[in-house]
Amino acid sequence: MTPDEIVAELRDGMTIGIGGWGSRRKPMALVRAILRAPLRNLTVVSYAGPDVGLLVSSGQATRVVTGFASLDSIALEPHFRRARQAGTVELTELDEGMLHWGLLAAAHRLPFLPIRAGLGSGVLEVNPELRTVRSPYHDGEELVAMPALRLDAALVHMNRADAAGNGQYLGPDPYFDDLFCLAAERAYVSCERIVASFDGPPQTLLLNRAMVHGVAETPNGAHFTSCVPDYGRDEAFQARYAAAAADPGEWEKFRAAYLDGDEAAYQKAIQ
Amino acid sequence: MVACAEAWRGDGAILASPMGLIPSLGARLARLTFAPDLLLTDGEAYLVDAEGGIEGWLPYAKVFTMLAAGRRHVMMGAAQIDRSGNQNISVIGDWKRPKAQLLGVRGAPGNTVNHPVSYWVPRHSPRVFVDRVDMVCGVGYDRGAHELRVVVTNLAVLDFGTPERTMRLRSVHPGVEVDEVVAATGFPLTIPDPVPVTRWPADDELGLIRTRLDAGRAREDELR
Repeated sequence: MTPDEIVAELRDGMTIGIGGWGSRRKPMALVRAILRAPLRNLTVVSYAGPDVGLLVSSGQATRVVTGFASLDSIALEPHFRRARQAGTVELTELDEGMLHWGLLAAAHRLPFLPIRAGLGSGVLEVNPELRTVRSPYHDGEELVAMPALRLDAALVHMNRADAAGNGQYLGPDPYFDDLFCLAAERAYVSCERIVASFDGPPQTLLLNRAMVHGVAETPNGAHFTSCVPDYGRDEAFQARYAAAAADPGEWEKFRAAYLDGDEAAYQKAIQ
Repeated sequence: MVACAEAWRGDGAILASPMGLIPSLGARLARLTFAPDLLLTDGEAYLVDAEGGIEGWLPYAKVFTMLAAGRRHVMMGAAQIDRSGNQNISVIGDWKRPKAQLLGVRGAPGNTVNHPVSYWVPRHSPRVFVDRVDMVCGVGYDRGAHELRVVVTNLAVLDFGTPERTMRLRSVHPGVEVDEVVAATGFPLTIPDPVPVTRWPADDELGLIRTRLDAGRAREDELR
């Protein structure tokens, strides 16, 4: 599939999970394809980085479910920060472990999973729908009942995949990409290269084809986030992104230069 | 930095997760001297030894498991912290529409109910040490914290060694007056009598800091 064909399967109002972490191995080519589409009212579940920043800047993400929004080497995602301060995006703020547990519950088709994280904290106050549960065993401990974070669609980026949807990561951390796929009705994978067969240790084969509904080959498709060992983060470009995002006039220029065209135009513009 | 290192004394083979440069240097100093069993990461998914060599693999999912198992001691920052140790790194102002969006809660709620937590505050001021935080990220002792070990600042070391588990001055750094710490703290501090002075680095520690850990003196930038 092409990124645009994948995005054509998404609908207004969907809850979309995006893999990676911060500014690391994000399916940016798929995010850029969403920017070109007329999709609206999306809820985005993510360990958030520029994926969330871009979808908030376009107004397409109206709710974000996360514990942070960071560019890693730049602590705060600038679009997310502006949108929060302007009151233009809704936030479901969760502890990082609660987000993990919500995906795990959804992946296992459980209504919730108990977790200590969140107890006593403001997370339970800003999310009044969250409930606690008491252990039925002798300890009787009260725990947060983290509800399943069910996704309509998941978008993740792999180093390699085959045409059937088996996916391989070659970097140091799988993040939670497998859980995002299992928590979703439909999961879509972009990858650096579609291969006929895989090299490398078997535990790098993170995704199997039963978890995946579509694959797109998008070389350099995680740019400007990192996709090691294929490439590291483009720090210089990320700094330009962040500087432009801090100023509406500069952002218009940045968008026109890089984001208004298709993926091929983007890849040419960043050369 | 030595005061940060001291936070991990006696922790044994647990994961030390320092946030920020000086806590990181402190954790490495502790590992090189009095806490050789500490586990340190490279900031991504590898466990590294004191020389930076890979000794293990710890992707985020496994960090979360060690965290929940209580086998970790993190030193986090704090935009705000109150007398009971409630910490805020999420927002300044009203959460619904903040004056300033900061990091977000990150892992602070889970850290503070599962394993020991310390804090590092490079600029001790009444804007940080507040009567009431705008959003409780890390929970304080009055909200069920597991263990809040120490709060290390540019002026002093504080702990929660009172019967009510509220903040107490443990020591002032050499050259700092107690009145300076009191004036820079926006709530009443318990003050021992006499007030100890934070220990000065030993010669071998100074040598490690100057030649191995931070020869480029990056530590000075974090204290400006």
